Amino acid sequence: MSILIKNGRVIDPANKRNGIFDILIERGKITKVAENIDKEAGEIIDAKDKIVIPGLIDMHVHLREPGREDIETVASATRAALSGGITSLSCMPNTYPAIDNCSEMKRLRDITKKDAACFVFITGAITKERAGVEIVDMKAMKKEGAVALSDDGNAVQDGAVMREALKKAKENNILLISHCENKNISKNGVINEGMTATKLGLRGIPKKAEYEFVERDIKLAGKTGAKIHIAHVSAKESVEIIRRAKKEGILVTAEAAPQHFSLEESACETYDTRTKMNPPLRSAEDVKAIKEGLKDGTIDAIASDHAPHGKHEKEIEFDMAAFGIIGLETSLALSIINLVDKKIISWGRLIELMSVNPARILDLKHKGSLSDASDADITIIDPEKEWVYTRDSIRSKSKNSPFINRRFKGKVVGVIIGGKLEKVDCETI
Amino acid sequence: MVLTKSPYAKSRDKMAVKKPVVWTKKDLLGIEYLTKEEIELILDNAKSFKEVLGRPLRKVPTLRGKTVANLFYEPSTRTRTSFELAAKRLSADVVTMLKESSSIQKGETLIDTGKNLEALKIDIIVVRHSSSGAAVMLSRALNISVVNAGDGWHEHPTQALLDILTLKEKLGRIKGLSVSIIGDIAHSRVARSNIWGLTKLGANVTVCAPKKLIPAGIEKLGVNITTSVEEAIKKADAINILRMQFERDEKKAFPSRMEYFKTYGITEERLKKAKKNIIVMHPGPINRGVEMSAEVADGANSVILEQVTNGIAVRMAALYLVATAKKNK
Amino acid sequence: MKSKAKILGKSGIQRAIIRIAHEILERDKEKKKLVIVGIRNRGEYLAHRIATALEKISGEKAPLGILDITLYRDDLTEVAEQPILKETKIGFDITGKKVILVDDVLYTGRTIRCAMDQLIDFGRPAIIQLAVLVDRGHRELPIRADYVGKNVPTALNEIVEVKLEEADGVDEVAICEKPG
Repeated sequence: MSILIKNGRVIDPANKRNGIFDILIERGKITKVAENIDKEAGEIIDAKDKIVIPGLIDMHVHLREPGREDIETVASATRAALSGGITSLSCMPNTYPAIDNCSEMKRLRDITKKDAACFVFITGAITKERAGVEIVDMKAMKKEGAVALSDDGNAVQDGAVMREALKKAKENNILLISHCENKNISKNGVINEGMTATKLGLRGIPKKAEYEFVERDIKLAGKTGAKIHIAHVSAKESVEIIRRAKKEGILVTAEAAPQHFSLEESACETYDTRTKMNPPLRSAEDVKAIKEGLKDGTIDAIASDHAPHGKHEKEIEFDMAAFGIIGLETSLALSIINLVDKKIISWGRLIELMSVNPARILDLKHKGSLSDASDADITIIDPEKEWVYTRDSIRSKSKNSPFINRRFKGKVVGVIIGGKLEKVDCETI
Repeated sequence: MVLTKSPYAKSRDKMAVKKPVVWTKKDLLGIEYLTKEEIELILDNAKSFKEVLGRPLRKVPTLRGKTVANLFYEPSTRTRTSFELAAKRLSADVVTMLKESSSIQKGETLIDTGKNLEALKIDIIVVRHSSSGAAVMLSRALNISVVNAGDGWHEHPTQALLDILTLKEKLGRIKGLSVSIIGDIAHSRVARSNIWGLTKLGANVTVCAPKKLIPAGIEKLGVNITTSVEEAIKKADAINILRMQFERDEKKAFPSRMEYFKTYGITEERLKKAKKNIIVMHPGPINRGVEMSAEVADGANSVILEQVTNGIAVRMAALYLVATAKKNK
Repeated sequence: MKSKAKILGKSGIQRAIIRIAHEILERDKEKKKLVIVGIRNRGEYLAHRIATALEKISGEKAPLGILDITLYRDDLTEVAEQPILKETKIGFDITGKKVILVDDVLYTGRTIRCAMDQLIDFGRPAIIQLAVLVDRGHRELPIRADYVGKNVPTALNEIVEVKLEEADGVDEVAICEKPG
C-alpha cells in the first residue's frame, strides 16, 4: 500500500534537506520527496507541525535473547524500539550462549525474522565466549551477516589479542566495536571514583579504566589500519583522545549513550540502583565534554546501550545490583531535551547522530536517509507534545530506567517501517 | 513574707528565644541527612537518658509494647549489645537476627527479610550490613523505622553521635574544636559520620591516613588532609583513632601491624607533642600495639570507656526519637 | 489564648504557696523526712517556692527534686506534638521519705499517675502526697490532691493557664477558651 506524508518538516541531513516537503512511499521504498506531491495514495498522513526524519538507528542494544527471555526478548525489545522512533537496531552478542559463531548467528537471525518488529542487525563477538582469548572466525561471521564485532560487556583485556583482532578485522573489512574498560583498574568498582563515591562509601571506578583502553585501542587501530568504534564514551579524557586521533586520520568513530549526557554521578546519591551502569555516571565536566564531542563531531553517534535487567537483579544492595538501564524508549526524548532544546545541537545534527552516522558506521545500505530508493523507514515526531514517561507505558519487559515519571517534550507519534505504518502515540501495535 | 529571688530568672529569657526542634524522621540513616538542630536534639535527649542509666532502676516504660529487631549481617558484639541494652532499658522487646540465621543463609534478600519483620509487626529495625546504602534501601522499602547501625563504608550515625557527646562532655563545646580522625579513612563509616557531625557543629576536622587510604574528593566535605600523624596530633583538641582492618587491607597500604604502629600508632611519645589535655577516642575494639600503645589506651587522656557508656544513652535517644517521630502536619 | 477570667494574681499565688507550706508542716505530725519533688515544667518552680517557704517557716531545708514524666507517658505516639524531653533530677534516696509531689494544675490525674510510677522506680517512699496550685476537676483516674491552692471548677472546653514569673515573666492563673 502506498503512503503519502504531507506537510511535514522533513529533516534529511544526508540529502541536505530541511523544510516542508511531502514524501511518497511505494512498495516499501521512498519514491519521491518534493514540495506538494499531488498523487493518489493508499494512506495519506497529514504531518503538519510534525518533524519527519529517516528512521532512527540504535547501534548498541542488548536484546537478551537467547538466554534471558525472562527480562527481554527480540519481540519486546523491538516493540520498545518503535515507541522510541527506532526502526533499525544492532544488537550485542553477550547472550547465553554468546553470538560467537555462525550457527548462533543464524539462530538469532531466524528469531528476528519471526519476531522482530523493526530491523535487527547483529554484532557478533570478537573472541570465543567473549573471554578475550581466542578470536572468532571473522570471515565466516561476516559472511553470515555480522555488521560488526564486539565483546561488549567485556573489553579484550590482552593488548596482544586486541592487536591480532584488529589485524584480522582489517583483512576481513569488518568493524570492531570496543567496550573500553581496563579491569585491572576498574576492579570491583560500582560508581564513578570521586566525591559521590566517597560520600556514599562505594568503591569507585577511576576514569583511567576507560580512557587508558580508548588510547590503547586507537593506537592499535592506527598501527593496523583497521576501523575501530568506541562504545559508550563517558569520560572527558576519552573524548580528548578520540578528538586527537581523528585529527591524525585514524579510522576511529565513537558513540555516547543518553545517560552520559543527561545525568551526573550525583544522581546516585539515594543509592537508587537504576543509576548504576557501566561505564558509570560521571561528573559535570565529563557531561560537558560529551556534549561538546557530540557537537563538534568527535562523537559520531548516540546509542542507547539498552540493558534490561529484572527486579531481582536490580532491587538489591547497590554494590550487588546489576549494571545497566533500558534506553530504547527514552533515547530520542533525552536527546531532544538535553541537546536540541538546550541549543547545543540542531535537529539536523541530531539526526546525523541518531540515523545517518550509525547507518554509515555499520554500512547499512539504504538506511539513514530519505533518498529515492531508500528503505521507507521513517519516524514522525511531534516536537511540541509534552508527555510523561510512566512505568505502565514501558514496552520493554524490564523497567530499570532512572527516567520513570520524567516529563519530556517531543514525542514519536508514528513510525513507518519497511513501508508499513505503525502508529505509536497512545495506541499499542 | 518575701520569698528569696528565683534562681530561674535567667532561664526564663533563654526559654523565650529557643524554638523547640521537632523530630519528624521515622529513621536514623546517617548524620549527612540531619540538621545541626536535629543532632543537638539527639544529644540533649541522650543526656536525659544518661540520667536514667544512673538510677537504681535503670529502666523507663517509654517503649513498652514496642519491638526492636536487631538485624545484623556483620558480626558485632559491642554495637549489637549496646542497642539491645538501649532497647531493653526503654522497656521494648528485642529480637535478634544474625547473618547465620537460616533464612539469610537460604538466600533471602535484605528487603524480603525487612518486609517479613514488618509483617511480624516489629516497630524498629536496627540494621548493620556490609553494603553501603543498605539502611537507606531498607527504609525506602518499609513503613517501619530503620536505625542504621553501620552500612558498609557509608555511615555509623550512633557511633559519631556518641563520639560527639563524649567530646561535648569533656570539652564543653564542639564549635571551634580541632579534631583529627586517624586511620583507614577510605573504608571507614565511623570517619564519614564523624566528619558530617563535627563539621555541621562547627568543628575543624583533619583526616590523617596514608595516601592510599584517603578517599577521592574528601576535601570537598570540608576537612583538612594530612598523611603525617605528628601533624594531625599537633594542634588537636581531640583525636579519634580508627580501627585498622588488616583483614580488609586490599590496597596493601601496610605490610604489617608493626609498620602501621611505627608510622601511625599513638604512643605516649607522640602525645608528648600534643596539647596537654588532648582527648583520645577510639570506636573499639582496640588493637593494642597497633593503633595505639597499651599505655595510651589505659592512660588519662583516653575516654574510650566513657564512649561506651554514652553509646547506650545515644542509642536510647535514637530509638526513642524514631519511635515517637511526628509527621509535620 | 484569649483569657476569659483571671483567677489568681501575684499576691494570690504567693498566699497560696505560703498556706500550702503551713498545711504541709501542720499535717506532718510524725515529723517524717520531707522531700519536695516538682513535676516539670511549672511544677518545678512551684516546688522551689514551696521548699523555700517551708525553710523560712521551719528553719529546715527539705531536699528538692525535679521529675520529667515524658518517658512515662502512655500517649507518646498519639499526641500531636512531640514532648520535649528534659532531665529528671532526684539526687537523693526517696526510700522511707515523705514525698510531696508538686504540680501546677490537677486535671485528669494522668500526669500524677506517670509521676507516681516514675517515683516508685526510684525507691520506696513512706508516703506520697500531692500539692497543686489549681484543681480544675474532671478526674479520669482515682487521684486526689492533698494540698490545693485553689479549687477552680471548669468546663471541658476551657483551659487553665498558669503563668509563673520564672518562666513567663508574670504570676497569673487564668481560665481561657480552648483554641480551635
